[in-house]
Amino acid sequence: MAKNTYPTPMLDNLESGPWPSFITGIKRLRDEHPDERINSVTNGLLGQLEHSYETRKGYWKGGTVSVYGYGGGIIPRFSEVASAFPESKEFHTLRVQPPAGNFYTTDMLRQLGDSWEKHGSGLVTFHGQTGNIMFIGATTEATQHFFDEINEYGWDLGGAGPCVRTAMSCVGGARCEMSNCNEHAIHRWMVNNFTDDVHRPALPYKFKFKVSGCPNDCQNAIERSDFAIIGTWRDDMKVNQEAFKKYLETKGRQYIIDNVITRCPTQAISLDDNDNFIVDNHNCVRCMHCLNVLPKALHPGDDKGVTILIGGKRTLKIGDLMGTVVVPFKKLETEEDYESLQEMAEDIIDFWAENGLEHERCGEMIERIGLVNFLEGIGIDVDPNMVNNPRQSSYIRMDGWDEEAEKWFERKREEKLAASA
Amino acid sequence: MAQEMRSPIESGCPDAFQYMHPVMRKNYGQWAYHEDPQPGVLLHVSKYGDKIWTVRAGTQRILDVFTLRKLCDIGDQYGEGYIHFTIRSNIEYQVADESKVQPLIKALTDAGFVVGGTRNSVAMLSHTQGWLHCDIPGTDASGVVKSMMDEMIDEFKNWNMPNRVHMTTSCCQINCGGQGDIAINVQHTKPPKINHNLVSNVCERPSVVARCPVAAIRPALVNGKPSLEVDEKKCICCGACFPPCPPMQINDAEHSKLAIWVGGNHSNARGKPTFQKLVASGIPNNPPRWPEATAVVKKILKTYKEDAKDWERINDWIERIGWPRFFEKTGLPFTKYHIDNWRGARASLNASTHIRF
Repeated sequence: MAKNTYPTPMLDNLESGPWPSFITGIKRLRDEHPDERINSVTNGLLGQLEHSYETRKGYWKGGTVSVYGYGGGIIPRFSEVASAFPESKEFHTLRVQPPAGNFYTTDMLRQLGDSWEKHGSGLVTFHGQTGNIMFIGATTEATQHFFDEINEYGWDLGGAGPCVRTAMSCVGGARCEMSNCNEHAIHRWMVNNFTDDVHRPALPYKFKFKVSGCPNDCQNAIERSDFAIIGTWRDDMKVNQEAFKKYLETKGRQYIIDNVITRCPTQAISLDDNDNFIVDNHNCVRCMHCLNVLPKALHPGDDKGVTILIGGKRTLKIGDLMGTVVVPFKKLETEEDYESLQEMAEDIIDFWAENGLEHERCGEMIERIGLVNFLEGIGIDVDPNMVNNPRQSSYIRMDGWDEEAEKWFERKREEKLAASA
Repeated sequence: MAQEMRSPIESGCPDAFQYMHPVMRKNYGQWAYHEDPQPGVLLHVSKYGDKIWTVRAGTQRILDVFTLRKLCDIGDQYGEGYIHFTIRSNIEYQVADESKVQPLIKALTDAGFVVGGTRNSVAMLSHTQGWLHCDIPGTDASGVVKSMMDEMIDEFKNWNMPNRVHMTTSCCQINCGGQGDIAINVQHTKPPKINHNLVSNVCERPSVVARCPVAAIRPALVNGKPSLEVDEKKCICCGACFPPCPPMQINDAEHSKLAIWVGGNHSNARGKPTFQKLVASGIPNNPPRWPEATAVVKKILKTYKEDAKDWERINDWIERIGWPRFFEKTGLPFTKYHIDNWRGARASLNASTHIRF
């Protein structure tokens, strides 16, 4: 136990109330942990945090810290008020990649906790907003020791800085009936083929892969990733009419009409006179609403695959961007399918590394140069699924029209041929 | 260096299948449907009839090793040793034996964790690092979340809402917390205060100039030293210059405020995904409990709960009732700051006679 602890009157206020208190947890490390090093570093941390609460300012600054052989993966933090709180003057975070989908055994969590207690502050978060396990609070020297130890039993650092970042995937096929792809295989295939770009930041800015198994997009991939992979299907959705009728009996006709039938964004469903659930599959946009409300009756079809959207990001610098559809549908079953997805990601990252400005996300580059230039750069044909509507402005030079129209017809002929083969 | 350094094993992202509950491994991709037996509990049934129960609980997210071990003890003693974390940092235990569900809930509750966060509840706020660990924070994150979840504990533990409510909080305008049905984010209101003695030593000036979204920063000689100056008429007080140039201090105890945004929705269900929209600002950044921000959030939640239809997320609800009625019903002021003037802003203007009376 630390002999002289910094007073924390404001933080103490956060120990009351029904939600678990992080302050109580940090205090336990300060007061009850057998290692004096941990008592001391958490005492300094609480002192500095109390100072922040009193002055309404943050007092951490960045720097350059990494482990041997890597350029990133650590968030360096040096205290600007180290003279007042010297115990936690170096308080770096290690970003460690979780298993795809965030699955753990208690044994593995204990092992990680034991290693962390040996080298770090004893504070950890599952997970940060980028998707990493965050081991919060290590000195520069300890980051290397901790990394060496956990790296030996299968854990590696994630991304920090201008690099390919740690990826994220939903619970997916492990426990969800809406899953349309092997989220965790895709997650690992993609990010582990860019390991060099994860560990050695040399891109214009960050680049994120996220995988959601259905259009509910529980991983927020469209808005939060440069490369969003969303599971979907292209044949008919499955309807179990018996299960539907049970819903009708228990929930009532009005509930089904008001909460399912009329909520379809493309009016693709109806209730017939014999209480059957009728779907116009050709006009269903796979929004998931009716499947979400009636999970026992409605399911994705069998012809599953993924939609790829590129360029999502948050505010800095030009404002929020959602990803844009670049591949409306792609099968992901064979090794060749996975390889072609990986090649597409390589093409995109290469093109962006060549053409992106410093600190410019992929989506911002697309905004600057236009989607068509981007598509030509990565060798992907235009598709009407990429737009909400065709152009509204007539201010465009179109003297290549005949050739472009011929390309479209040629592609359609090829698709027809391939379909009949 | 005298001692030889160890080369890293670049193993990348670990395989998850080795850590999955055996029933999940066996039925991977073969789930038929799920039920919600009670708040915080999910039951998934596979095509082969196998069943798995999930018990979800909220934690303090910043876990100390004692708490981590407590969560593992509960998993070993009352669960089956398998754990999954949600994107909102809730812990989930999977068990194949239904009789374990109630004792597991009791053990979690007795240990001070909060079971809930499923279906149409107010989910755990997703949040960032704040004063605890970030280098540019305008406020704390864990403290704001603790304060708000204390107030919204019933909404987390029950299914009281028309649909799920995802809340987020961010300590600067970069918004690492992301989109939310309700987002509580720092909003600076004054230009950065520049320490001209430090700029040339600390900052790569051309990249700071390039970082400004409105080209308000230019190189200048101040007191005979190379520095940067800000055109304060152009400055939008976004703080983008502060990370690459810490002497351009944007955080201010008085003038860094909180703003509240609503209607962000990542899902494609019903409509396409939406960004959150500004509804309130000028809220004091008031540690340790931030009561003013919580009051606004509770007012919005109350109005949504009373007025929205089943399955409407906040964005669906506002789209149906219209923004004028949102401001009328919540009592929040509509100001000139609500009208967008950023690129693409015209698309947000009403170019029709669609007006509700």
